[in-house]
Amino acid sequence: MSATELVTQSRERESSQLKKPELLAPAGNLEKLQFAVRYGADAVYIGGQQYGLRAKAGNFSFEDMAQGVEFAKAHGAKVYVAANIIAHNEDLSGVKDYFKTLQKIGVDAVIVADPAIIELGREAAPDLDMHISTQASITNWKAIQFWAKEGIPRVVLAREVSLEEIKEIKRHVDIEVEAFIHGAMCISYSGRCVLSNHMTARDANRGGCAQSCRWHYELYGDERISQDGIPFTMSAKDLSMVEHIPLMIKAGVDSLKIEGRMKSIHYIATVCNVYRQVIDSYCADPQNFKLREEWIDEIWKAAQRSLSTGFYFGDPTAQDQLFGKPEQLPRYDFAALVLDYDPTTQVATLQQRNNFGVGDEVEFFGPDFHRFKQKVTQIWDEDNLPIDRAPHPMMTVKMKVEQPVKPFDMMRKRK
Amino acid sequence: MKTKPELLVTAKDLEEMGRLLDAGADAFSIGHQRYGLRVAGDFELPQIEEAVKLAHQRQAKVYVSVNALFHNDVIKLLPDYLKQLEQIGVDAIVFGDPGVLMTVWEIDSKLRLHWNTETTSTNYETVNYWAKKGASRAIVARELSLDNVLKIKAKTNIEIQAQVHGMTCIFHSARRLVRNYMQHINEEGRTDLEAGLYLKETKREESHHPIYEDMNGTHIMSSEDICMLEHLPAFIDGNVDSLKIEGLFKTTAYLEQVVRIYREAIDTYCADPEKFQTKLNDWLHVIHSIQPAERRLGTGFYFKEQIY
Repeated sequence: MSATELVTQSRERESSQLKKPELLAPAGNLEKLQFAVRYGADAVYIGGQQYGLRAKAGNFSFEDMAQGVEFAKAHGAKVYVAANIIAHNEDLSGVKDYFKTLQKIGVDAVIVADPAIIELGREAAPDLDMHISTQASITNWKAIQFWAKEGIPRVVLAREVSLEEIKEIKRHVDIEVEAFIHGAMCISYSGRCVLSNHMTARDANRGGCAQSCRWHYELYGDERISQDGIPFTMSAKDLSMVEHIPLMIKAGVDSLKIEGRMKSIHYIATVCNVYRQVIDSYCADPQNFKLREEWIDEIWKAAQRSLSTGFYFGDPTAQDQLFGKPEQLPRYDFAALVLDYDPTTQVATLQQRNNFGVGDEVEFFGPDFHRFKQKVTQIWDEDNLPIDRAPHPMMTVKMKVEQPVKPFDMMRKRK
Repeated sequence: MKTKPELLVTAKDLEEMGRLLDAGADAFSIGHQRYGLRVAGDFELPQIEEAVKLAHQRQAKVYVSVNALFHNDVIKLLPDYLKQLEQIGVDAIVFGDPGVLMTVWEIDSKLRLHWNTETTSTNYETVNYWAKKGASRAIVARELSLDNVLKIKAKTNIEIQAQVHGMTCIFHSARRLVRNYMQHINEEGRTDLEAGLYLKETKREESHHPIYEDMNGTHIMSSEDICMLEHLPAFIDGNVDSLKIEGLFKTTAYLEQVVRIYREAIDTYCADPEKFQTKLNDWLHVIHSIQPAERRLGTGFYFKEQIY
């Protein structure tokens, strides 16, 4: 090989290393799907009425799913459906019909954990791609080679894998690798915990998880070890890789995944928005990339717990867990959605999503990351009559805004 | 005469293995924590070789656990390890990670394969999937009803192994959760298997979950011990191939008695089902008399409804 060829090859490698990864977001229902896509997700994952692990998430009817797929396609985004339960005998009979319908609806892939579902699903819907879920706890490249041989185009890594391990994995496999970058985490190996089954007879691996890991326990040896007021518990801080996205991209992760099909619209929009900024900004100019304070500031507005980097930089310690009383993080509500804006009067038309009124401190933000804070000074109802508060869900309100806003911008308010 | 299932028990060392052979065990589950999950004691290769010799002299079998969730560093050691296990002549390896299967194929190993992912082995389609990949036995999850265990057996052509006695693992984390907690409260102490630590759920005074750490992270065990002695006929009539007694956290003396009783129970039922019923109470009486006070005996999920 000539020197020029070598250089070209190494350049290609460099640029291929910088392949822009997919930003994958959760969507508990059709509206959340639309927000996720508008706020920057390249792909969303959703649950149907069966075989998913979030029995309590809104979940999609086939009709909603079809609408979601149509919306996503129109915006150049993909839709994956989670069917990642660990099935028992009685769950098997409907799998084929379910997959046939998913294929007809045109979803881009199904996320699965149980080979039974792979086998039955494949028989029914041979053209439907399947991704192996994090529930399968894939922690090494050889396991991924197995799934590649089985015709699987993508695996979701276990949360226990480090960045160094991901690099090694990527050197050994040629299928896509998806990894979590943000959200709540199982503190156990996913799929290898039946605490909930034992504590509450709810099957964790079929969507019934009661989060018994976050309960309080007393630790005993010969005598009690745990102390009053500080019970033993196994509550992981939430994952956030917002400060380390360049490392994830350089490691070659193909899809960066945000957890949270149960999370609010405010959460999804805020988190997608930030990661969209980070990924785009880094990929546009890796050399001059700088982490911006406002991204981190923004991420914390959606935080439900303290944040940690999980296993990416080595084994988590006591600092990556939560002990004692619940934290008091500032929490924000989705107060209103911008429907329209009149630049001449500087009045925005809003749809109320949570109670707000004159005197409240609010903040506007939108998919372009334009943000500003202001005090609510004047609001009017639909008949242009001045009002003090907007108490009714979904009511249309007009409001004087200090900077221009656009439809689909959001207004948040501290709880 | 009914077909006798295999009576399988864990062993923590060679000495215990010898005594459990005398007590009537047909097969042993052993291994090393570098490769296997929650082994009763660590067997290095020379000990595994001894174990195989000892067992084979007595027509018993040795299965070696290679069922850890492997990270890249250990997956590299597998080709060598598996070659050596094959050379030693172990009767099967127990695996969960498909990386093990890939390795077996790559080195063209003739090792027999038992599939065991514990919590995620819950239906016959999945068992048949791994059978197609070469598994000759599947170990079923403990979170299954007895009906479902028997249904799996009826719908598959490979061997099925189910646990009939002892505790079960209910949680496995790669994190050092006990060490982390102790650090948080400024305590020091051992966290290994022998440390004898356990958890009580704050709202359930009677709960007693052993917890320990090893190379694979943190393990939490069930609060009760399964005891399916009186239901052995259902397993035997359902053609379950192997019945396992889990010896983790049990003394050799306890295991000896339990193995002896299950041995006698299996032999009795297969020869004369009626006699099994007449002797059952005596056996149960003995088990209850040696059962540690803090460990309730129960039937696990075999007769328990779960919701989700």
